[in-house]
Amino acid sequence: MSAAHDEHGHHHREPESVLSLRVRALESLLVEKKLVSSEAVDRLVSAYEQDIGPHHGAKVVARAWVDPAYRARLLADGTAAIEELGFGGVDLQVVENTPGVHNLVVCTLCSCYPHALIGLPPVWYKSFEYRSRAVREPRVVLREFGVDLPASTEIRIWDSSAELRYLVLPERPAGTERLSEAELAKLVTRDSMIGVAVAQPPAAAAR
Amino acid sequence: MEPLPSREIADMTGVEALPRKNGELVFDEAWQGRIFGMTVAMSHEACFAWREFQAHLIEEIAHAEREGEPSSYYERWLHAFEQLLADKGLLDAAALAERTRDFESGRRDDVF
Repeated sequence: MSAAHDEHGHHHREPESVLSLRVRALESLLVEKKLVSSEAVDRLVSAYEQDIGPHHGAKVVARAWVDPAYRARLLADGTAAIEELGFGGVDLQVVENTPGVHNLVVCTLCSCYPHALIGLPPVWYKSFEYRSRAVREPRVVLREFGVDLPASTEIRIWDSSAELRYLVLPERPAGTERLSEAELAKLVTRDSMIGVAVAQPPAAAAR
Repeated sequence: MEPLPSREIADMTGVEALPRKNGELVFDEAWQGRIFGMTVAMSHEACFAWREFQAHLIEEIAHAEREGEPSSYYERWLHAFEQLLADKGLLDAAALAERTRDFESGRRDDVF
């Protein structure tokens, strides 16, 4: 818990901080008074860590990268394909980035978003600015997000609605042939599944 | 599948918004996750309404900013949580101080 990494990657123990001790004292008192249970706290922390983030979507993308048959099913029927992995509750169309095509998802009306897969939408996704400019000047918006596409790349805009949500299948980064599915999933960011970023190889992703 | 987290909690957007990276919650140290989890658990158990805690948190952040305290987001969260529990009569400051000393001295090492 208080293990830390220094620049050389060695593990060492640090003395437990004052705040950490105080929080443990607080938890012990609240457990004693039966106001909380440590198990409930464990469950909640893990649920918020898992469900707020893009973990489910990242698993879907990583599977599609390693399994061509799954990829085909995912593109043909997103809703059914994510159910295979145990995710659901959303009507989904998956759109695939290729060398000549980049996809970008927006909800021009409000903030429709595939929560079950990529967590809760970032504040900018709900902003009027993004909702209007993503359609009007996607290339400029993408450049502001750090994605500079060649003029020859076609940009497709997908307008999410209450009935149908979109998820971008980003291109698998070059040089990742040896990575496992779980390792690949770590390269898949929320932004790459909205289309405002591209998935980066491990060295770049760690930066 | 687990139910989705409460929008009321996850969607806080003001100064009190949860720290995130790539959309995920960021807990730099384990205790930050514990204090977050305890607060959410007690609001689920209806010990208090989430907006009550939120109001305390906003107030605590404003106070810390006014005083120029370099405290972290979750340190402020901890103060706000302790204050709310004290207001509700759920926590005795002296008992917490004593229990904290027990942990510091190593007399106690487990939360149970």
